[in-house]
Amino acid sequence: MAFPQPKPQAPQLPRHLLRTIDCQQGAVRAVRFNADGNYFLSCGSDKTLKLWSVSRGTLLKAYSGHGYEVLDADGSYDNSQLCSCSSDKTVILWDVATGQVTRKLRGHAGKVNCVQFNEEATVMLSGSIDGTVRCWDTRSRRFEPIQILDEARDGISSLKVVQHELLTGSVDGRVRRYDLRMGQLHVDFINSPITCVCFSQDGQCTLSSSLDSAVRLLDKSTGEMLGEYTGHKMKGYKLDCCLSSKDTHVLSCSEDGHVYCWDLVEGSLSLKLPVGKAVVQSMSFHPTETRLLTAMEGRVQVWGAEPEEPEEDAMAT
Amino acid sequence: MQSRPPSGYFGFSNSFGLLCNTNNMVSDSDSEEDFVNYGTPLEPLEEDEPLKKPIPLHEQTVKDEKGRYQRFHGAFTGGFSAGYFNTVGSKEGWAPSTFKSSRQQKAEKHNARPEDFMDEEDFSEHGIAPREITTSQEFSSSRRDAVQEKARAVNAQAALIPGDTLLEELIAPARLSIGVELLRKMGWKEGQGVGPRVKRKARRQQTDRGARPYGCALPPAGSEDSEDGDDDDEEFAPENVTFAPKDVIPIDFNPKEGVQGLGYRGLDPSLALLGGGASEHINLFRPQSESRSQLFGGAQRGSRRGGVAGQAFGVGALEDDDEDVYHRDSMSRYDTVLGGEEPGDGLYGWTAPQQYKKKGEKNKDAAYLGKILEGFTLAQKPPEEKTIFPPPDLPRDYRPVHRFRPPVDVSTLAGVSPALAEALRTSRGHMVKEEPQQGGRHQLDSDQRRALLGEDTLQGPSSVMELLRPEDRERLQNLRTSSSVSSTKPPTPISQEALRSAVTLAGSLAAKAAGSSDLKQQEEALAAWRGVQTTSQSFKPFEKNPSKQARYEMYLNQLKQGDKDALEQSLDPGLTEWERSRERDEFVRASILYRPSSSFLSSRFTRGKHEEDEDSVEVSRDEEGDVDDKQAAVQMKMFGKLTRETFEWHPDKLLCKRFNVPDPYPGSGTVGMPKVKRDKFSVFNFLTVTETRDTSAPPKAPESGKKSRWDVSEQKEEKKKDDPLSELLSAARNQSETKQTNTSILALPSSTNTNHQTPDDRAEESAEQEKAKEGDQEEEEEEEESRPPMDLFKAIFASSSDEKSSSSSEGESDEEEEVKEKKEDEVQAQNLFKIPSSSSAVSSSSATSSSTTTTTTTSNTTSSQQTVVTSTKNSTHEEEEFGPKLPPPSAALATRGSTSIFSLPEKEKSSKRSKDKKHKNKKQHKHKKEKKKKKHKKHKHKVKQQKKSKKETSESSSEGSEEDSDGEEKHVSSEELLKRLKSIKSQQTW
Repeated sequence: MAFPQPKPQAPQLPRHLLRTIDCQQGAVRAVRFNADGNYFLSCGSDKTLKLWSVSRGTLLKAYSGHGYEVLDADGSYDNSQLCSCSSDKTVILWDVATGQVTRKLRGHAGKVNCVQFNEEATVMLSGSIDGTVRCWDTRSRRFEPIQILDEARDGISSLKVVQHELLTGSVDGRVRRYDLRMGQLHVDFINSPITCVCFSQDGQCTLSSSLDSAVRLLDKSTGEMLGEYTGHKMKGYKLDCCLSSKDTHVLSCSEDGHVYCWDLVEGSLSLKLPVGKAVVQSMSFHPTETRLLTAMEGRVQVWGAEPEEPEEDAMAT
Repeated sequence: MQSRPPSGYFGFSNSFGLLCNTNNMVSDSDSEEDFVNYGTPLEPLEEDEPLKKPIPLHEQTVKDEKGRYQRFHGAFTGGFSAGYFNTVGSKEGWAPSTFKSSRQQKAEKHNARPEDFMDEEDFSEHGIAPREITTSQEFSSSRRDAVQEKARAVNAQAALIPGDTLLEELIAPARLSIGVELLRKMGWKEGQGVGPRVKRKARRQQTDRGARPYGCALPPAGSEDSEDGDDDDEEFAPENVTFAPKDVIPIDFNPKEGVQGLGYRGLDPSLALLGGGASEHINLFRPQSESRSQLFGGAQRGSRRGGVAGQAFGVGALEDDDEDVYHRDSMSRYDTVLGGEEPGDGLYGWTAPQQYKKKGEKNKDAAYLGKILEGFTLAQKPPEEKTIFPPPDLPRDYRPVHRFRPPVDVSTLAGVSPALAEALRTSRGHMVKEEPQQGGRHQLDSDQRRALLGEDTLQGPSSVMELLRPEDRERLQNLRTSSSVSSTKPPTPISQEALRSAVTLAGSLAAKAAGSSDLKQQEEALAAWRGVQTTSQSFKPFEKNPSKQARYEMYLNQLKQGDKDALEQSLDPGLTEWERSRERDEFVRASILYRPSSSFLSSRFTRGKHEEDEDSVEVSRDEEGDVDDKQAAVQMKMFGKLTRETFEWHPDKLLCKRFNVPDPYPGSGTVGMPKVKRDKFSVFNFLTVTETRDTSAPPKAPESGKKSRWDVSEQKEEKKKDDPLSELLSAARNQSETKQTNTSILALPSSTNTNHQTPDDRAEESAEQEKAKEGDQEEEEEEEESRPPMDLFKAIFASSSDEKSSSSSEGESDEEEEVKEKKEDEVQAQNLFKIPSSSSAVSSSSATSSSTTTTTTTSNTTSSQQTVVTSTKNSTHEEEEFGPKLPPPSAALATRGSTSIFSLPEKEKSSKRSKDKKHKNKKQHKHKKEKKKKKHKKHKHKVKQQKKSKKETSESSSEGSEEDSDGEEKHVSSEELLKRLKSIKSQQTW
């Protein structure tokens, strides 16, 4: 006898604040989950990069070596390496366990806004305000990038790598997708400075937030707009946007202290998460679970679908 | 290095003689001479001598052949010391070879030979590489030609001991020539012949011999000699089986040694042993043919008689017949005709090779190749035979001397038929002056061609004649007509003489005329050069002679100053009169010819190739489409085809490798977008630059702006200047004007965009259009544009760092300028929102340089336009932001410890605190500023205070100061203008 499929669960949203962590490293410029979502990285304006446990909220390691505030970070798939970029125009490759600088790569002419590993952590890609994306080889000891992508006409504000594709968002109002396998560059004109770009989890769509206070979901292959999400405020700051782990919702930071969460298909606002009074600067969605990290000023907040048990909570605090 | 076994191991005191034949040593002395001794002999043992104590290990020493000590580092650890007592590398010892290689001086590749690693002993007589005269390999028994070998083997069969050389062959090293290797690759095997494979039939049973095989009959050797004999034989022959041809065996020319007659064989051992019958036929050219065929497998044929048989022996007692006892020779057994009789014996190829096959089989010639070498295919068609035609026969009365026909003027020949006239004309070339034929393009001159093509006339003189003065031209014309007249005459020697004389006459006349007009020319040169300022691009006619060139330049300089006797002054008095006069002539002529104002020559010639690089710029091949269209599409939310553009992009090979992705463009050397070279100063570049490109912008507004933005030292200098306002104003004007020009360029009809033929002309045209538009403002504008708009940025920075200084000249700003500024503001605002790409060009260009000026700028720029509540920045974080900003880290300082969102009151408190702090910060900040300004003593206090209050109001208002400034528009002061500009600039950087 065939049983009916279990009724699909209603998509859950990270409504509940699980804990708040004061990172004590100045303003948290970016907060990022690691590959499996058990840890997160916080990039501080006091030049440090900190690694935290999500479930406990404890500091595991602080990485210092940057000369100015850290702007973005990423962890490798095997959690053995970290990369971070900073206003001091450098990109640093860290060894997670020892906290030592494996490589410090200079070459950007301006502050480096974003950095990402590729899937196998063989290449670090960094986008800078100088309008270039540089591909750094983590395997060799060369200090020159493998390739410099200088197609952008203004600073790169965000970049993402998935498999053989590189997505960059630039202040010149264009989202560029470099397809390494096809050897093609697709440029989508948005007309407003891009603050953040994302691939959807299924790899079919791109999400881009721009300074005209809109988040747009574009079809990757054709560039057609599938959805536009508005209501939040993004006028002057470089804020993050992301998709939920199951591609059900679109989330974006806002300058009014909330995280906006729209239904991906309908485009309706399904959650307006009050984070605080100041600008929600950065956020990161858990790769598999319904868990959200937000960064406001010096604090990082962890949000979950359901409130945690009190004893755990107590343990965490 | 040295491979001797350590002697300590053996307990001998010398290095040699370790393995010496001690048996020989102790044996009797007679035999000693016969042996080759290695090393030093041991002392003979004496019987009653007490046994020597063995030398303990540590006392044993090693000497080399010259008696020098050699030390061990220990047999198992190091071997010998380096040189004599470790002297290697020191003054006494030898120098080890060093390897040095630098970028400038690459070390030549040193190929180490085996000899480099050998010791001296190895080169000695019994070493592994003796350096003495020995038998070379060719003469030693090691290697031989394979065919030769076979021939020898064949001969060896005939020798007394059969198989003499076989043993040698066995142990000979396998070394093959390249030809043999190639043949083997093609399927050849040893023992086969080379050539097309052949079909063979089974050998006919040789019944006529009457020999019957006894015992185990060998299978009939079909491959023997039935190649193309027995054509009429109808035995079974498989169609698809072919055989290799038989090998050709060179004939061994053995000198005739004996006194026997020709063809006499003594005791043939093979025959004797195998009992071959007597040959039936004697072939003079094939001695021992029987034995040879025996070697190839036919040995067993014939009757097996046994016993020794030969001409010299009689018949044994056991033999029945004795008919052969006396050999009778008959002439029928000899060949009387050369060749042809026995065609298939496989021994063709000696003097006259027999034809392999019939002529019809030519195509199959290559079919014998069993395998075809890799990379080759058989040709389907035979190469066409070239028919070579014999050269034509020369007429008998031909003499190889060319005589030029006299030119005949066709026009003068009135009654000649047109065909003849045409022939004459073609034979004569261009001399006749007549109307150009419209038919052929070769009859058109450049002017006519140009007219046909509809091109514009070239600037400058169209011919050299126009460079001459009219009177000279006339004279030349006269000369030419006279010469042409003379040339129309039949070329008698007398007339030629006359012509020569005429020419010389004319030349002298011209010279005289030149002499008379010398002064005139000098004056002309003077007129041409007077007051000319440019010296940069002047032509250097005497470049090869520097001193002369220097004199010429001096002359030119004096000409420019209007000196009348410039020529005389600049000439070198050290020269002879004749030289000086010549130089004078040259200078005058050169100065006229290369006169600067009438750019005669420069318009006629193009630049050298090497300068092209400076003028061209690498532009990506695929330009992005029109931004306006896209903007419209975005506004209509029609994303997709309109906003999507796809370019070819080449990832780096290594990047592909790292991404585990195959290279999409294998073999292409380019990386990134494919680039093309464009003219740097072409209009089209400008068009794209203003729209889209930023990096390729000419060194005009944005680039210099970029420079100034980051040039800290200059900024500091700028601070010392006292009127930044006027600077600012001019800069602002400047900027607006550049914008105007940009728009005007943009507003050019799109047809210019498509017409790529004459970009320069178009550029000029557009420039002219601009000029026409802007009318009388033009001059002023030109000035403004020529100034680098660096000032704008300087002004902004200087004023923003201490803006009160600008208010010192507040009163000077009049109404007019204010209005202007307002307008500009509006324009810029529009631009800002409509064309972000143009503004982004500015920001990106600024972004390419470093952010070193972060400390010099204030928070003012941001506070004026940002709508952030907690917007005071602590002084360390003051930074000029480009692109989307980072939110201020305000509360991070204030709140410590983990505060949850639910503890709101606490947080509010803290935020209050933080506000207080901010105020403090602000105050401190201002204090600092004041301190700074104290350095600039020229500022008025009053103004400062006014300003301060204003500033406080603007900052304390939590709303965006854009609205603020709008409200305050009524009393627009210079300070306000400053602010606005700043806000605009910072907005543009998004």
